[in-house]
Amino acid sequence: MSAPTRPPAGPAATAPGAPPPAATPEAQPPAAGRRRRPARHWRKWPLVLATAILLVIEIYPLIWLLLGSLKTQQEFMNRPTWALPQDWTNFDNYREAWDSGVARNLLNSVMAVFPSLAIIVVFGTAAGFALEVMVFKGRGALLLVFLAGIMIPSQMILLPLFSAYFKTHLTGTVWPLILTYSATGLPLTVFMMATYFRAVPRELFEAATIDGASALRSFRSVAFPMMTNAIFTVGLVQFFFLWNDLLFAMTFTSGAGHAELATVQVGLLNFQGRFGAVQYGPTMAAICVNVLITLVLYLFLNQRVMKGMAAGAVKG
Amino acid sequence: MKQVLGDRKTIAVLLAPALVTYSVVMLAPMLWSLGYTLFAGNPVRGFTWSGLDNLTKLFTDPKARQAIAFTIKYALTVTTGQVLVGYLLALLFVFFLKRASGVIRTLTFFPVVLPTVAVSLLFEKLFEIAPTSGPVNSLITALGGQQVNWFGAGSTAFAVIAIMDIWRSMGFYAVLLYAGLVDISEDVIESARLDGAGGWRLARHIVLPMSWPVLISALIFSINGTLKVFDSIYALTAGGPGNQTTR
Repeated sequence: MSAPTRPPAGPAATAPGAPPPAATPEAQPPAAGRRRRPARHWRKWPLVLATAILLVIEIYPLIWLLLGSLKTQQEFMNRPTWALPQDWTNFDNYREAWDSGVARNLLNSVMAVFPSLAIIVVFGTAAGFALEVMVFKGRGALLLVFLAGIMIPSQMILLPLFSAYFKTHLTGTVWPLILTYSATGLPLTVFMMATYFRAVPRELFEAATIDGASALRSFRSVAFPMMTNAIFTVGLVQFFFLWNDLLFAMTFTSGAGHAELATVQVGLLNFQGRFGAVQYGPTMAAICVNVLITLVLYLFLNQRVMKGMAAGAVKG
Repeated sequence: MKQVLGDRKTIAVLLAPALVTYSVVMLAPMLWSLGYTLFAGNPVRGFTWSGLDNLTKLFTDPKARQAIAFTIKYALTVTTGQVLVGYLLALLFVFFLKRASGVIRTLTFFPVVLPTVAVSLLFEKLFEIAPTSGPVNSLITALGGQQVNWFGAGSTAFAVIAIMDIWRSMGFYAVLLYAGLVDISEDVIESARLDGAGGWRLARHIVLPMSWPVLISALIFSINGTLKVFDSIYALTAGGPGNQTTR
């Protein structure tokens, strides 16, 4: 689980000037001489092709989406689907999408996701610290209790939560989302933070204690600042989970009378209905706006996102 | 030392917020849900004890059985696909692209962070047939084939769901498995090569056994995710056509 991506320990090991290790797994007879190079070149082709196809499969749908968001309805109907947009500065679709409530949805998502993130990070780090650094009976069992939460399917807690929020008159506010998001993010965060704290030498906290710090003080002044990096990674991973959530957002915000609470994902899903399936441009522009937010975050922080996601793989 | 790091009050202060939130919002509703399975009724009319009736109903209701069967079919297909494609990608990264794989890893990982709803709507458009054909059907026409109404039948709709979920997550499993493959020592592979092990035998007897643990964990993560699937299918087909893709 603590599996960060490492650079391959590959060709670096060979001395300069020595032939690089064969890229194809077959052992090369050393006497092959001049024939060797073209033969190896030939073998590489299928793999180069496979890589190229892979990139096309990964990237083309997104490029198609971006191009589509700039096309007019006429272009969608009358021109081949891979045609480039005729007017590259046609942002009407975006304007239309924006006017139909994307801004409101974005604001709702921010209002639900960021308070939850703050709660998750602070509570989760504190609990991770207590479970890993503090000494008490039953902390192993408690960690397991938290860990079990990773396995609970969201569908299972949905109905009781819905009636509980209804009875406490929280329905119609942003609180159901914040509460639910905070709780569902905690198991993984506690688990990851405990793992990170395990790697910190205990002597550090012992030294702080000898210097007269209380445990709370060690947490605030030693542990929390030291974990900034880990906290950021965990927060980032949770951000993607919460931002992309559909099930809770749909259940708690899309009911009659509080559509004004809809998050980005719910809004996008309703968007389809609002325009009917035929209004291509605005729908694509709305998808684009939604994708763009995660894209920008990912562009700047991709290594961290990949590491964090791999570490939090249990979430599935 | 023991006294300070074992101080009960501090432990409570640090642990209670997380524990209470988690217990109230996750553990209690889960037990509540489990409790509901033994009762009949609804919050308005009240509940009456019904024992195991609900479970019997679950296993005899054709719709429920169909949904369960679909979930299992989906989980098996997508898990196999995710891990297999991810493993092939990881092999490609480690043994072919080597150092140069950084950019491609980053690119193939990107769909993982995309919102499910956005991806689903995108795939709906990609596989569209009417009123205008999307890229996939256009490609089929260009290759001389017959256009397919992907969302018109359960089996093809299932294919699109599987393709979409594999597309979305193969980069993730590639990165996960890559971390395991990179750990295989170059010396082991080199010495196997010197002993005359070729491509297939090298993969079968060295690479596969040595990456077995990480492969198993990837399988477990994937099953855990695919059995709980909701949003991708809801956003793509909403269980249709009919309820042929209802999980």
